[in-house]
Amino acid sequence: MSLQEHTFADVADVRERLGATGYLADEAIATTVFLADRLRKPLLVEGPAGVGKTELAKALASAVGAELIRLQCYEGLDEARALYEWNYKKQLLRIQAGSGESGTQGWQQAHDDIFSEEFLLSRPLLTAIRREEPTVLLVDETDKADVEVEGLLLEVLSDFQVTIPELGTITAVRKPFVILTSNATRELSEALKRRCLYLHLDYPSAEREKEIVLSRVPDLPEKLAEALVRVVRALRAMELRKAPSIAESIDWAHTVLALGFDTFDEAAVASTLGVVLKHASDQARAIDQLKLSAN
Amino acid sequence: MNLLDRTVTFTAALRRAGIPVSTAETVDAAAAVGALGWLDRDAVRAALAATLCKRPLYRPAFDTLFDLYFPPRIGDGVSLEDPQADESGNGAPGEDPATEPGELTPEDLETLRRALRDELRDALRDGDDESLRSLARRAVNAFGSAPGSSGRSWFLYRALRAMSAETLTADLLTILLGDEERGGLAERAARQTIADRIRSFEEMVAAEVRRRMAEERGIEAIERTAVRPLDDQVEFLRASQRDLVELRRQVYPLARRLATRLTARRHLGRDGRLDFRRTVRASLATGGVPVETKHRPRKPHKPELVVLCDVSGSVSSFAHFTLLLTHALREQFTKVRAFAFIESTDEVTRFLRGVDVGDMMARISREANLVYYDGHSDYGRAIEVFAERYSDAVGPRTSLLILGDARNNYRATSATVLRQLCAQARHSYWLNPEPRAYWGSGDSASEIYAELVDEMVECRNVDQLQQFVERLLPS
Repeated sequence: MSLQEHTFADVADVRERLGATGYLADEAIATTVFLADRLRKPLLVEGPAGVGKTELAKALASAVGAELIRLQCYEGLDEARALYEWNYKKQLLRIQAGSGESGTQGWQQAHDDIFSEEFLLSRPLLTAIRREEPTVLLVDETDKADVEVEGLLLEVLSDFQVTIPELGTITAVRKPFVILTSNATRELSEALKRRCLYLHLDYPSAEREKEIVLSRVPDLPEKLAEALVRVVRALRAMELRKAPSIAESIDWAHTVLALGFDTFDEAAVASTLGVVLKHASDQARAIDQLKLSAN
Repeated sequence: MNLLDRTVTFTAALRRAGIPVSTAETVDAAAAVGALGWLDRDAVRAALAATLCKRPLYRPAFDTLFDLYFPPRIGDGVSLEDPQADESGNGAPGEDPATEPGELTPEDLETLRRALRDELRDALRDGDDESLRSLARRAVNAFGSAPGSSGRSWFLYRALRAMSAETLTADLLTILLGDEERGGLAERAARQTIADRIRSFEEMVAAEVRRRMAEERGIEAIERTAVRPLDDQVEFLRASQRDLVELRRQVYPLARRLATRLTARRHLGRDGRLDFRRTVRASLATGGVPVETKHRPRKPHKPELVVLCDVSGSVSSFAHFTLLLTHALREQFTKVRAFAFIESTDEVTRFLRGVDVGDMMARISREANLVYYDGHSDYGRAIEVFAERYSDAVGPRTSLLILGDARNNYRATSATVLRQLCAQARHSYWLNPEPRAYWGSGDSASEIYAELVDEMVECRNVDQLQQFVERLLPS
């Protein structure tokens, strides 16, 4: 099982293979992904919205040819949705169908039947553990889930095993590559963080952002991309309620291209500002500070 | 000291700086570096950050300490045995021959300075981090030192003044913009780029100065001064302009974090009464057996908030931050009303809704009617005016929040009026940004007021403020 051991040869290999899928990783990202692979530890990726956290997991899955299994967290997510659940309805049907059988014999039979594989609904965590092929497990927006889910994750992520009372303990045949993402709307527990490698994704450097924009919007002239990235960085330097993300830079690039602007001047920026700034107060501030209203 | 020991002392230093690092994480760090090797410094930094530094809040302190404990080149320039030999080692072409700065004539120094500045301009133009770093090293070597009482001392200011990077901005703008029109958007964006690069160069110089100091005096000696306090520990009253901008940036994320935590707390435990209809509906899935009961959500109790804040001079930054925070949290309250005072009181709720949070304080001091006589804080008068004009704002459901240092310039305190206001309100709190030890010293009327309100809370930094807000909001 050579794949089980190490997926990547070295840091440069990580970067190259992620790059081939269209994800431009910087030194820190590539190194951390490499380490997560080597140390077989879950990777917790935290950062503002729209900097490519989920994208990283997708790129990684396609880079190593693994299937992506995604657990989307939300408020009220519970074990039944994350791990496994018995299919009550089907179980009831089985009992009703077997109600003709008499005595303890019949009940015993029914009991053995309804707690078998057939009646088990496998949810993302269990699915990821049971898969024999390479798997990337993405636990998305972990901060949205309730604190109890973290406890559940702790158990699953540290031993890669799940205990189902009726079936026994299921241990991972092949440990999945786990990526957790978080927008930091709340601090995740220390215990969870301790078990993970931590990667803080932030807005990229100007050069890298230009590369990203150009790789996503290849038709955009380089000159325009450079101007656009500069304006985005100027916007991020202001005190805004929501700074523009990479995803929004890319949207902006698409917009500029679609509208066919030749230069990225005041008029162009002012007319398309809504693509990157989504609070009225932020727009007013940008127009004021960049002196867009003059023209 | 080998590298493993170094890693362990490094984790100890992180703990001293307030970053919690567990033993398990230290083991992880060693394993991570073991997998990567020590060859690439940036990779080592990434590996240690991934295993040891798990909140963005800790990152600046982590980086500072990393530069101290794992310096890029040990011995550069100030090698104890043979400075000359060492310097020639990093001799880039065009660099002045390695000599102790003291031996150079002023003219030579000036030539060197010009040469370095020319190089700096090119490096800033290209955004070339590698040559910026090398320039930082050479600039500190040539201009940053002065003989001190115990060996040589290194000064950030001297090196920065010699290079005075800001004065290159005009040149750089010309180069970057070419013949494009000036004064427009392009120029602003370019200015931002240049400012970013200059700041990162200055940080490199600072890191270099710290590194040399550490070599001269030992790491432990300068560690404490080198590491800035964590963001949530920065004191409101001592915060620099840059700290404040950084703090204000944190308001919305902080408010969101607080709100999420409060909602989570509300959801904990059994909710309200049984919802019969939904329970029966859910039971259909299990053949009419109510396996799961459904409950109606509880109606959260939302207090009314009246904020009365001192916006004079030094405490205004604290008031500003707190006002922003309460405004960002407004969904947690039925109503938020804000009043500002210096000598006189005026309602400022309308400014909270304004379009722009950044210059809210400027507008308050410009447009609100706060000054009566000489513009020094007068708590007594302010409280009287408040009671006279707005006493209807404080009702039995109100939490009254007073923000200020209670430094009253030895004027009357209007204790009776405040006592009555507190009696009208459901709760009354006083948030004081001064350390508890100073309360009641000099012209501080803290002790008098502390008796009147339900509680006077020490609120020196974001951390303490956050704890208070959590307490204020019932679950």
